[in-house]
Amino acid sequence: MTERAPIIVVGGGHNGLVCAAYLARAGRRVLVLEAAARAGGCAATHEFHTGFKVSSIAHLLYGLDAQVAGDLNLTQHGLVLAQQNLRSVALHPAAEALVFEGDSVSGAGLAAADRDAFRRFIAARRRFAAVLASWHAAPPPRLALHGWRDALPVGKLGWSVRRLGRKEMRELLRVATMSVDDWLNEYFTNARVKGALALDAVLGARAGPRSGGTVFTSLHRAAGGGSYAVPQGGMGALSAALAHAATAAGAEIRCQAKVAGFEVVAGRVSGMRLASGETLACSAVVSALDPQQTLLGLLGARHLEAEFARRVQHVRATGTAAKLHLALSRAPEFHGLKTQDLGQRLLIAPDADYVERAFNPAKYGEYSPQPVMEVHLPSVHDASMAPAGQHVLSAIVQYAPHNLAAGWPAARSRFLETCLETLSRHWPGLRASILHAELLTPADIAGRVGITGGHWHHGELALDQYLMLRPVPGAAQYATPVGGLYLCSAGTHPGGGVLGTSGRLAAAQLLAREAAP
Amino acid sequence: MMTREHYQHAVYPTPFHPRTSAANKLNLWHRWKDCTVADAYTDVSLEYTALRNACTVFDLSPMTKHRIDGPDALAFMNRLVTRDVAKIKPGRVGYTVWCDDAGQVIDDGTIFHLDAGVYRLCSQERQLDWLQDSALGFDVRIHEETTEVAALALQGPTSCAALKCLGLTGIETLPPFGMRSFPFAGTQLQVSRTGFTGDLGYELWIEPGQALELWDRLFEAGSAVGIKPMGTLALEMSRVEAGFIQAGVDFLPADRAVRPGRTRSPFELDLAWLVDFSKPNFTGRGALLREQAQGSRYRLLRLDVEGNKVAKDAFVYNGRQKVVGVVTSYVWSPAVKASVALASVETPWGRADDELWVDIYYQKELQWNRKMARCRVVAGPFYAPARRKMTPAPEF
Repeated sequence: MTERAPIIVVGGGHNGLVCAAYLARAGRRVLVLEAAARAGGCAATHEFHTGFKVSSIAHLLYGLDAQVAGDLNLTQHGLVLAQQNLRSVALHPAAEALVFEGDSVSGAGLAAADRDAFRRFIAARRRFAAVLASWHAAPPPRLALHGWRDALPVGKLGWSVRRLGRKEMRELLRVATMSVDDWLNEYFTNARVKGALALDAVLGARAGPRSGGTVFTSLHRAAGGGSYAVPQGGMGALSAALAHAATAAGAEIRCQAKVAGFEVVAGRVSGMRLASGETLACSAVVSALDPQQTLLGLLGARHLEAEFARRVQHVRATGTAAKLHLALSRAPEFHGLKTQDLGQRLLIAPDADYVERAFNPAKYGEYSPQPVMEVHLPSVHDASMAPAGQHVLSAIVQYAPHNLAAGWPAARSRFLETCLETLSRHWPGLRASILHAELLTPADIAGRVGITGGHWHHGELALDQYLMLRPVPGAAQYATPVGGLYLCSAGTHPGGGVLGTSGRLAAAQLLAREAAP
Repeated sequence: MMTREHYQHAVYPTPFHPRTSAANKLNLWHRWKDCTVADAYTDVSLEYTALRNACTVFDLSPMTKHRIDGPDALAFMNRLVTRDVAKIKPGRVGYTVWCDDAGQVIDDGTIFHLDAGVYRLCSQERQLDWLQDSALGFDVRIHEETTEVAALALQGPTSCAALKCLGLTGIETLPPFGMRSFPFAGTQLQVSRTGFTGDLGYELWIEPGQALELWDRLFEAGSAVGIKPMGTLALEMSRVEAGFIQAGVDFLPADRAVRPGRTRSPFELDLAWLVDFSKPNFTGRGALLREQAQGSRYRLLRLDVEGNKVAKDAFVYNGRQKVVGVVTSYVWSPAVKASVALASVETPWGRADDELWVDIYYQKELQWNRKMARCRVVAGPFYAPARRKMTPAPEF
């Protein structure tokens, strides 16, 4: 018997690698095609200045699917965490930093009422996030009920809310669509606490804390467990471990193999054309690229029905997060930050209004003159990231909309200046310490890893693009309407962040639907 | 083209209005899309009789028309409609339907393959938004040309003779669903052997500027063979006799439906022959495949109703008790001397052994009466004269 064509996984990001590993472990022949020189996608490490390495896009690990980590023995395949349970630290240019750890917050000027409110707030957020987490572990329920197999997950979804008890269920339903600003105002008077929690809700989103549905995004982030970790060697080390797990299971990974398009025969994906002109046959395809790139770019709308294609086109995916990398000649001295907190998760979001004001220009295609930031210095706990005594600063900077009205080539240097200005307010000695600066705008990210709109989550994480609506009805179960074509990116349920769950669930769907040779 | 004065008018004249208004002795009009068209000119029965015994002219200009061309025109058309457009060669016309993703009919219409890769889509409803939505990913141009083409339907047994008198040499060799161009008044007169009456007939397409000259010369040429203008009421009689369905009457365009279950699939409109599953993709294909496997909810029936009362607004019963559907179109057919109707019934009713009835409410001198009438299911059109398919077309 001739060997059957492989299942091709398009894109070697974390979800693609997870999916490939599960498929290979199930005995399938798997080929991963990665356009870049190394697998990793948004979970990668690169050297941006001689001797200085940084996590290229995502820089903190929160909510990595524990089942994936266990099933694939990631520790055995080389994943080491340099740091776990990072504290979140809210910087202020003129005050001592606030430190958030678990359900406690500390710092000068905090009223006892705020500390108490923070405990209650975290308890409520955990309770509700646990409901979301229970949904995230399995494929989204189907609303088109074709028997008990479909009705059961819908029932479970309802039950997961109902079992909170009547009071808490009502509370979850009340807050689920609210703006996080309104929610925070119910708990807190301290502006800085609200600012930090508001930033948590809108990181990676095209939304401000007063946008509706940002309680949901806050819960989505918290559903990962609410704790942050950093792999030794940066996020690329996670991808290396995943790649190792996949190849150890028998998958083949081919890098510098950019896919140009899919071949479709009789309504089924039969192979693909590479940018090099090479063609490859396949028995099925799982795309770890975002849904729009996959369905409208590589497949083509003509292979889809009209309304479905239109839904895909209208997936909201305008990235607003930029990435700033600085090679520093010395350790930073942020105002009000204790030395032991330098390697923690540093937040620049002094109050919720500041965050909302930072978002305002993004609505009109402009960047924030005073951006918010999530800053991390991987070199504090990982000597492999920078030469001794020197440091790497990695920051997610918002808001920097992909569709910048002025165009990014013209605005790039001004925005970099804005970022440095913002950081300088917290550390006046910054500029004298910079050896090299690298700014990745959403346009750069779109070009670098091929994500539509440069959107980290492969489509806005929002209630209208969640559960059975992610990425669109008709493809929410990882299978697309086109035979043999599956989606496994963050654009599918349960969505963005470096989770790996989409890869795991997509693999299970494919294995259930595509008979083994 | 829409001018800036559009808001001053609720309704527009067609390019033939100077002639149709002069001929409209009854001054009976209604609005078809944005245009005024005649219900009847002299007498509905006379117009109908002229159609079935001589020939009549119907002003078709308000029909919605889109021109579709560009490198992907064929691929676009094939993804849009349910049938295989590759089989409609240049110079040919094809009847088709198109569906939404749920396999529910949005509209029916005719595809004119004007020139290699250039199509005209004629439909009852406006389709520009749907066509543009469907164009995502196709290199195709879509242009609405409703007001740029004036059209007349010349239908009836002497229609071919009238065109020969007009000087269209060789027109009798044009087969059904064929299309041919003739030089006329310094422009091109496009003639297709198509129509909505189930009779021998043609549709004539011309630039609006030459519309009146076409009307005048056509009536002059047809005077010897009984040509008459015909309004919408007589057309409606003939289309029901022919068993043709109409959007908004026999089915609700899917894009207008609010309530679930109100729309119909091609199978449910007796149009299975238009659905070509050998095409790998078209909008509605997935849903129609599932329907084919699982069965349809409804079926369209052509009913011959006992007695001489028309089945207006009637429910359809099985065994006099159980309501199984509704009549959607009805007419007293002078040609077949019967009350006939189109009905949409739930499956599986209308099988050979089923006993279908309609309840008919009718008035006599302001007194309402009700009667139940037995129905016989008729396969195919109620009236289908052999001449409609004959090539060469008969003289009369």
